[in-house]
Amino acid sequence: MHSLKEWMNRNQISGLALLMLLLLIVFPMTLDLFRLNLLGKYLSFAFVSLGLVMLWGYGGVLSLGQGVFFGLGGYCMAMFLKVEAATAFVDKMQSTPGIPDFMDWNQLTELPLWWLPFKSLPITLIAILVVPAVIAFIIGYAMFKRRVGGVYFAIITQAVALILTVLIIGQQGYTGGLNGITDLKTLLGWDIQTDSAKYTLYFVNVLLLLVCIIGCIWVQRSKLGTLLLAMRDKEDRVRFSGYDVASFRIFSFCLAASLAGIGGAMFTLQVGFMSPTLIGIVPSIEMVIFAAVGGRNSLLGAVYGTLLVNFGKTYFSEQFPDLWLFAIAAMFIGVVLVMPDGLAGVYRNKILPWWQSRQSGTADGAVREQT
Amino acid sequence: MNTETNVLVLENLTVGFDGFKAIDSLNLNVRKNELRVIIGPNGAGKTTLLDLICGKTKATGGSIKFNEKEMLGVPEHEIVRAGIGRKFQTPSIYENLSVFKNLEVSYPSGRSVFGALVFKCTPEIKHRINAIAEEIGLSEALAVDAGQLSHGQKQWLEIGMLLMQEPDLLMLDEPIAGMSVRERELTAALLNRICKGRSMIVIEHDMEFVKKIADKVTVMHQGKILAEGSMDQVQLDERVIEVYLGH
Repeated sequence: MHSLKEWMNRNQISGLALLMLLLLIVFPMTLDLFRLNLLGKYLSFAFVSLGLVMLWGYGGVLSLGQGVFFGLGGYCMAMFLKVEAATAFVDKMQSTPGIPDFMDWNQLTELPLWWLPFKSLPITLIAILVVPAVIAFIIGYAMFKRRVGGVYFAIITQAVALILTVLIIGQQGYTGGLNGITDLKTLLGWDIQTDSAKYTLYFVNVLLLLVCIIGCIWVQRSKLGTLLLAMRDKEDRVRFSGYDVASFRIFSFCLAASLAGIGGAMFTLQVGFMSPTLIGIVPSIEMVIFAAVGGRNSLLGAVYGTLLVNFGKTYFSEQFPDLWLFAIAAMFIGVVLVMPDGLAGVYRNKILPWWQSRQSGTADGAVREQT
Repeated sequence: MNTETNVLVLENLTVGFDGFKAIDSLNLNVRKNELRVIIGPNGAGKTTLLDLICGKTKATGGSIKFNEKEMLGVPEHEIVRAGIGRKFQTPSIYENLSVFKNLEVSYPSGRSVFGALVFKCTPEIKHRINAIAEEIGLSEALAVDAGQLSHGQKQWLEIGMLLMQEPDLLMLDEPIAGMSVRERELTAALLNRICKGRSMIVIEHDMEFVKKIADKVTVMHQGKILAEGSMDQVQLDERVIEVYLGH
């Protein structure tokens, strides 16, 4: 019994159960579909936050370009949906019918070669995981093997976010430009805009998030997780214990990238479009704020942080359209100053000890009454 | 000299920073099962020498042969895997991990990314961790966070972490700096125990301590070797007295 309790604690079972209770039962029963769909959108960002916990909280490497990987995953999904939309709902008014509308507007007469793989759903699903990881591997290999880290790494990832945005906007005929890829309707003939589809996608999103959290817990509990922590604090000691520090950093960067890619794909499915405004420098920094507010060392904390900041963002932007950016900034500064370990830190250092002392207090009282 | 019994052979080793030669055409042999102590005034290049051997600093010339294999230009983690362990001057341990985890992470398996993902702490590894903890006097502290250990215990833990790797050559940079008299005695005894079956290079300033442990002493000065021999020989050397030991 004791060991079961320990096992549950170690694997954060109760925290995970509470999160799932909220996401699978409480929110779907209390929120209307519009709000639930918004929640689903926020939860797609939670995948990015999970990646940041692994990369930044655990590995000590801050990336300010996670929007890149979110975008790559999102664009992979959007390209698949767009190809399907263009072939299923052929617009006879187009000069070349059967290709995505924005290509036609940009005088393209056939689908570009690199769009062809996105006619297949299995390839698209693999690409959502692999494309971000491959890009992360290339950047990570170039940086970490040369021992570039810290601020320099953060700045370079930010530059990558800028480059990708400029590239997407500039190649309008191939990428949809600034508007992004819009008007996505069906997934293998299944209308994703209906109410039931929105519910289904929400639950798929939550379950995928659960799988990803469990995967991350598994990585954290493996020797690799221990090594990431060790590297964060004493990089040289790890290196001179016979480990190739760079390869572990590359792994955590690729892991974070793939997670962000899943988030991007779920975003596209639930929101119905993907655009460069979601993946540039500002969104990338916002993603770091999600993780920081929730607690960069805690997977569950990062999920709550993502939800809180996004709800805050929606609330502020509805109530004070001119001031919401300042409010978000104030929230970030406040969190960093007052609670450096985010919400999870407050829970772990303040609420949990208080609760435990209360619990043991009542237990003592009960014992005293008996005697 | 019979070269076969040499574990480490340094030839014409040179490293310069902006024209200043921290190590200048240095030749040094360390034999199997030998405990070598390097002494010398501050800035003589002792720590730099260890940095060169373990690959932390890249030499500008010369050669480092370990078990007859050239180590110059080999990545640091490969040098460690070849059997060279290095302890840093200030205790370099993972403060946020338990003593047990510190030792476990140092065990030489699961060193690749995939290997680390599927690594399991087997009974043999646990047994080994317990044996090493016993050796360094930390059996009672396995569950303690390493950050809470005393300074001396941290130094021992780092030595224990190196022992987990079973290196052929163990290099310790001022292992007793900041230790109490009692801790120094325990460390001397520890070094005398663990030097069996492996070679060691120790940098140290404390002459009493050096006398207790050294097989052979090398005196360095301005990036070069000034004298080499037993402690008694070295102590009588005029030049050594001049630059280091004092009158």
